[in-house]
Amino acid sequence: MRNFLAFLAGSLFGAGLLISGMTDTTKVQGWLDVFGAWDPTLAFVMGGAIVPMALAWRLTRNRTPLVGGNFPPPPEPKLGRNLVLGSVLFGMGWGLSGLCPGPSIASLSYGHWGHVLFVVAMLAGMFAAPAVRSQLDRLAAPA
Amino acid sequence: MEADWIWGLVGGMLIGTGGAAYLLGSGRIMGASGIIGGLVDGTGRATAVERLVFLAGVFLAPMLLVALFSEAETHLTTNPAVLIAAGLLVGVGTRLANGCTSGHGVCGISRLSLRGIVATAFYIGAGGLTVVLFRHLLGVI
Repeated sequence: MRNFLAFLAGSLFGAGLLISGMTDTTKVQGWLDVFGAWDPTLAFVMGGAIVPMALAWRLTRNRTPLVGGNFPPPPEPKLGRNLVLGSVLFGMGWGLSGLCPGPSIASLSYGHWGHVLFVVAMLAGMFAAPAVRSQLDRLAAPA
Repeated sequence: MEADWIWGLVGGMLIGTGGAAYLLGSGRIMGASGIIGGLVDGTGRATAVERLVFLAGVFLAPMLLVALFSEAETHLTTNPAVLIAAGLLVGVGTRLANGCTSGHGVCGISRLSLRGIVATAFYIGAGGLTVVLFRHLLGVI
């Protein structure tokens, strides 16, 4: 059941990414390019995705997941350095390429070498992230 | 294209429906970087099969659609240095921030998570500045 749900969610996610145009890097970079030919599509994608998601969060009240267990705990209010620094680094890579993690996987279906190279580099970055995090902690700690 | 925003809205709703199914069904947050990252750094070993099945769906559904709508294009840069730098930044950044466009953006904002809203403001801001710098000032992308 868990695997079925994961496949269902992944398929809807992947199909939505392609249909919405989020695997087209021109649209993503066009959204970020406020001084060029600005493309508002991404705002509609975000808006369209947030509606069913907000409804789903509302439905989690007084209920448990279909497969049992518990829903995720309420979001942490803590912001912190890693959240801000990580988001800035992510935004830079997103702007440079027009790809973020979900669409990078969905785009592998185009069969272009560029996506493979991007995904390999992204996996390397993710592999290195725990070491980067502890290095940052060491730098921030008082001597 | 004029109808782009309609396809954006329709595709967005599919993305949100996927996230809703994952949340209500499995009790999990549909965040792409978390699902992938857990496979890479070993934190998600216990749920590895579920993660791989999810990613198989993300990959296979558009493959089917690409075959049907051959006009879908990606316009990805062919500059390998840009691709490697961007991939590394996205990988390190999303794991450091513990989320990306799907986790912080779609799933976080929809529950009014302050972390999700702040992260989204920073990655959109940094993305915008990066495009301005590298496209209009340096002409690299």
